Amino acid sequence: MNGDFINVCYLLTAVTFMLALKLMNGPKTARLGNLLAACGMALAIAATFFIKDENGESLGNLPWIALAFLLGSFLGAWSARRVQMTAMPQMVALFNGLGGGAVALVALVEYPHLFAGNFVKSVPLVTTVLSLVIGSVSFSGSMIAYGKLQELLTGRPITWPGQKFINFALFIAVVAVVAFLMNGVPSVSLLYGLLGMALLLGVTLVLPIGGADMPVVISLLNSFTGCAAGLAGFVLDNTALLIGGGLVGASGLILTLEMCKAMNRPLSNVIFGAFGGGNAAGALESSGKSGTVRSYSVEDAAIIFSSANSVIIVPGYGMAVAQAQHVVKELAEKLAARDIDVKYAIHPVAGRMPGHMNVLLAEADVPYEQLFDLDEINSEFPQTDVALVIGANDVVNPAARYDKASPIYGMPILDVDKARTVIVSKRSMSPGFAGIDNELFINPNTIMVFGNAKITIAKLSAALDAL
Amino acid sequence: MTLIAVITIFILAVFVGLEVIAKVPQTLHTPLMSATNAIHGVILVGGVIVLGQANDPLSLFLGFLATVFGVINVVGGFVVTDRMLEMFIRKPKKGAK
Repeated sequence: MNGDFINVCYLLTAVTFMLALKLMNGPKTARLGNLLAACGMALAIAATFFIKDENGESLGNLPWIALAFLLGSFLGAWSARRVQMTAMPQMVALFNGLGGGAVALVALVEYPHLFAGNFVKSVPLVTTVLSLVIGSVSFSGSMIAYGKLQELLTGRPITWPGQKFINFALFIAVVAVVAFLMNGVPSVSLLYGLLGMALLLGVTLVLPIGGADMPVVISLLNSFTGCAAGLAGFVLDNTALLIGGGLVGASGLILTLEMCKAMNRPLSNVIFGAFGGGNAAGALESSGKSGTVRSYSVEDAAIIFSSANSVIIVPGYGMAVAQAQHVVKELAEKLAARDIDVKYAIHPVAGRMPGHMNVLLAEADVPYEQLFDLDEINSEFPQTDVALVIGANDVVNPAARYDKASPIYGMPILDVDKARTVIVSKRSMSPGFAGIDNELFINPNTIMVFGNAKITIAKLSAALDAL
Repeated sequence: MTLIAVITIFILAVFVGLEVIAKVPQTLHTPLMSATNAIHGVILVGGVIVLGQANDPLSLFLGFLATVFGVINVVGGFVVTDRMLEMFIRKPKKGAK
């Protein structure tokens, strides 16, 4: 009876999770979905306190549980409230890593219990060991991803000789230890050895991946953590874990593949390609293209705007870093007041995650109707007077269309170079997150306005008023 | 539960995940990633069980850590997602801040 009650609660939780994901289909219902999932989660946790072990004993250590909840709630809510919208990807990476860590810790505690009875339960043994490995890889990998996005580590791929061989050897070693442990020989010390190897594997897998690809990595690790949590559900015979973990494992994978599709690169290339390495440096010279950079003052740029009929704004991560979304919106309103047609072109991977730029612009109250996807807007650039590129780089690099040697060859880009005039607001000539030069900046119809995006755009607004 | 029942539940959950997710528009992918991230924090349930059944110092310590990690994952994940989604439905007439 007691067990049935708990399972009914878990079933309700599972339903809220599925409904939540369904509600996330549209921006209007998405928030409700999130709230619903949170309620479901609370129900699952509440029901868990009614669980009794094999001897019919209720959960103990309640003061410890209470302390863990207080501490965790405080840390979680505090960091989630404080984080800047631009730092969202690394925040997700951090939370994901902690989830993976929790799975690994649960597996560590459960392992010795599997040998408590007279016979070894083989299925829980397999899933315990696997959830330990996957959870640990997710934990250490997410931490490295966090370090890269927070710029504690270099965003460029970190590579060393024989890297793939070492990774492969490490992987084989992990598989061998897993196989050995699955044979049912209890060895806690070997389990801790496996933990160390899996943690190391997470580090060496993510280090060679460039910072620009971190969103894909986080998404993949998100899927990993989901799978690991699902496997832990086998160990604990817990439907909430089984369903929640399975849902996330599947959704994370779909999302990862969607992101790869937006960049037109297979997942294997993202994970093993060491994309954006130093070898791309100097590509501009080798491509035989040369030209001069035209740097304009803000006042000169304002004149170009005042005579335009249509403007497309292309925001990139640089705009987000400079916190320029609010001044950009003000500029757009001023342009609109002069009867200039203003649209925003959003590249699928603008910002650092799909949809990241939409969140940032929504934060600045930019109307949803002014945002256009790549497919919708690309045909409009040839009829556009001014394309204003703010802190975007790789997503507007024309080399992606024709230069087979370029690491971003084949990635769909915004065709800003086809606009009559391209105005680029950028801090300096430094290459983008992928570490590649951009010939757009030396095109004859491109004008560069150097400086912090927020200051530049604010000055541009002021200069426009003065005209 | 029998093993086959457990496997059935897991496999069905995976397929529901594949079906429901495939329909989400790209603009909502970041909040979605964040929401699914919070949902896998359901491992917290595992943390609570392990901590509640711990009867030696090591299990107690590991279980405590697992529960703290899980709570951060759940609470932080849902709060962050809510902050993102709030921006999508905020009315423009509220004006600049």
